[in-house]
Amino acid sequence: MSDSSAADILERIKPLMHKRVGPYNSWNPVSRTQIWQWCSAMGDHNPLYLDDQYRAEHSEFSRDKAVAPPAMMQMWSMRDVNGNDGPGSTTDNLFEILAALEEEGYEGIMAVSYDQTFHRYLEEGDRAHHYSTIINVSDLKTTGIGKGFFVTQLAEFMDQNDELFAEARITYFKYQVPKKPAGASKPSAPGKINRIHPVENHDHEHFWQGLRDGKLLIQKCDDCGELRHPPQPMCEHCQSLNWSTIESKGKGTVYTYTVMHYPEIPPFDYPNAIVLVDLEEGVRIVSQLIGTKPDDIKIGMPVEMKLTEVQEDMTLPLFHAAGPKIEEKP
Amino acid sequence: MSNTLSRKAAIVGIGATEFSKDSGRSEMQLACEAVKAALDDAGLKGSDIDGMSSFSMDNNWENEILRQVGGKELKFFSRTEFGGGAACGPFVHAATAIASGLCDTVVIYRALNERSGLRFGSGQMMNNSPLDPNIINFSHYFPYGFMTPAAWIAFSARRYMHEYGATSEDFGRVAVAMRDFAATNPNAFFYERPITLEEHQASRMIADPLRLYDCCQESDGAVAFVVTSVERAKDLANTPAVIASARQSIVKESRMMTPFYGETLSGIPEFDACAGEVYSMAGLSPSDIDVACLYDHFSPWVLPQLEAFGFCDRGEAKDFVKDGHINRGGKLPVNPHGGQLGEAYIHGMNGIAEAVRQIRGSSVNQVEKVDHVLITAGAGVPTGAAILERG
Repeated sequence: MSDSSAADILERIKPLMHKRVGPYNSWNPVSRTQIWQWCSAMGDHNPLYLDDQYRAEHSEFSRDKAVAPPAMMQMWSMRDVNGNDGPGSTTDNLFEILAALEEEGYEGIMAVSYDQTFHRYLEEGDRAHHYSTIINVSDLKTTGIGKGFFVTQLAEFMDQNDELFAEARITYFKYQVPKKPAGASKPSAPGKINRIHPVENHDHEHFWQGLRDGKLLIQKCDDCGELRHPPQPMCEHCQSLNWSTIESKGKGTVYTYTVMHYPEIPPFDYPNAIVLVDLEEGVRIVSQLIGTKPDDIKIGMPVEMKLTEVQEDMTLPLFHAAGPKIEEKP
Repeated sequence: MSNTLSRKAAIVGIGATEFSKDSGRSEMQLACEAVKAALDDAGLKGSDIDGMSSFSMDNNWENEILRQVGGKELKFFSRTEFGGGAACGPFVHAATAIASGLCDTVVIYRALNERSGLRFGSGQMMNNSPLDPNIINFSHYFPYGFMTPAAWIAFSARRYMHEYGATSEDFGRVAVAMRDFAATNPNAFFYERPITLEEHQASRMIADPLRLYDCCQESDGAVAFVVTSVERAKDLANTPAVIASARQSIVKESRMMTPFYGETLSGIPEFDACAGEVYSMAGLSPSDIDVACLYDHFSPWVLPQLEAFGFCDRGEAKDFVKDGHINRGGKLPVNPHGGQLGEAYIHGMNGIAEAVRQIRGSSVNQVEKVDHVLITAGAGVPTGAAILERG
């Protein structure tokens, strides 16, 4: 990577801008077969394109000529599957600017936008070609994925009379790929790394769905009445497979705990206090303890659950110290 | 008890790679190197092997190793689940297969790039398949960030402290003892690097109450063994380490690293369940044990193992350790190789290799007059234990 400044780079590539490159010719005229294939693949059932009767009765177009969907504009003068442009196409390189930026170390490329304008429909028998021009290179910009330049290309789609039938403005971001992913120093950044989602199989789904519905559910054997957690399909006391759930009040005491310091696993905040809670209903559950200083956590301390949506589609029964009973003294 | 596996088979070969933080080669190569070394140590050839046993977690298939070490056919092969809890299972299987006449000579191996590869302690998921029983089990813990072995074991360590008045220093004395042995073992990570109790207390908190020096170092390496019949062992050069007893154990409270729902968290119910039979099968008692190679991935769980196997009463292991009994020169030296805390973490198999060396009299930290060594597999998981005897 050279040490050229952004200004130097722009100075070097500006002469390469505004050079209209083309034509890129089509291999075949607009045809009913290709329109049908495209409409069929895309699920586009607009009768204007292929229904001759409809077109005659409801449009100004010819009854005999299929009409091409505007969104097909770029495919008529596309390269073939071997990468060859249609006969008589230019051999000039449109992408000198991108190559120049790559030489300067801006090797990443990301498509940013694709704005299309349609001027007229193409009909069966029309013959398309197009020209492309790099019309803008931005100043050096800093983004979430790295530093780089926004490069905008204008594609002009012409018919056999050299009349513009559609155009597109395509913007790429050419950027320096950071050695470390941007944001790596901020592991808790929302949307970057989520808590690992639990397995919600047949045995466990009710528990997690219950939390999303605002309830901490404990399995209860329908035959012997024993409660159990974590969930399992068979009652270990009477071997019954019949079960339902009761809703826990979410109150209990700390049976044991740890405070995790290292390694710091995203997206969690550290130190991360984990408790094993003896629920009043008589089962134990693991969770996080929120809002208590590590030194103040004690075995036996009363805790209460607060159902918390920690991220989209994940609600957890987080615990906090139960409020002290305030007794008024005379 | 002539119909048991007791004293029917013996460990006649041990082999290992170096232990490192980055082996620089595949787990398959580590496995082949260790197996070949164990065969050479036993004075046997690959073509003598007719059985193999390993850990479910091991990534190296039996057929691949067999072919490379010059073997021809296996009549018996088996795997044991539950991470380090598998350290004794393969010896149970091998002795059973040999005692029943299924096969004659079993190779046992464990090879892992656990340091340079996927570290268990990192909190990374081992697998994300919704069908993996590990992930189903851990689903009730991972969403809270409760996802490292140190943190899971901290739950039990905290209960042990609460119920018996043990302190972080009591765990620290275990770590200091292991590091003292490692300091004179050239194969150990911590060769010539002993620690003091003060240094233990000053080491940073990992998962309260576990400090850095309460945790083993994750490692790359491989260990392998050759087990054969006691009759065949008589024709081989090494002093046989006879399998006097061996036993696996799962109890109803057993969970994969997360045994949080039983009556107590301050003990290890699998060892409580199997200890009596480990002794009775061998016709021995705790006073017959000269050395113990106990699973010490984390120092706190050495204490309840001493209690489960009858070296002291419940809750008194802290005093047993404080009195120096597990140290160099103590009445029950524990892990004279330095343990997983001091030598390396090869899922407990390096401790069993040390047990064999103690039986042979070939350890760098040799204890005098060793006839019986107790070995244990992982704690906090379905596990096992065995007694090796000088043959």
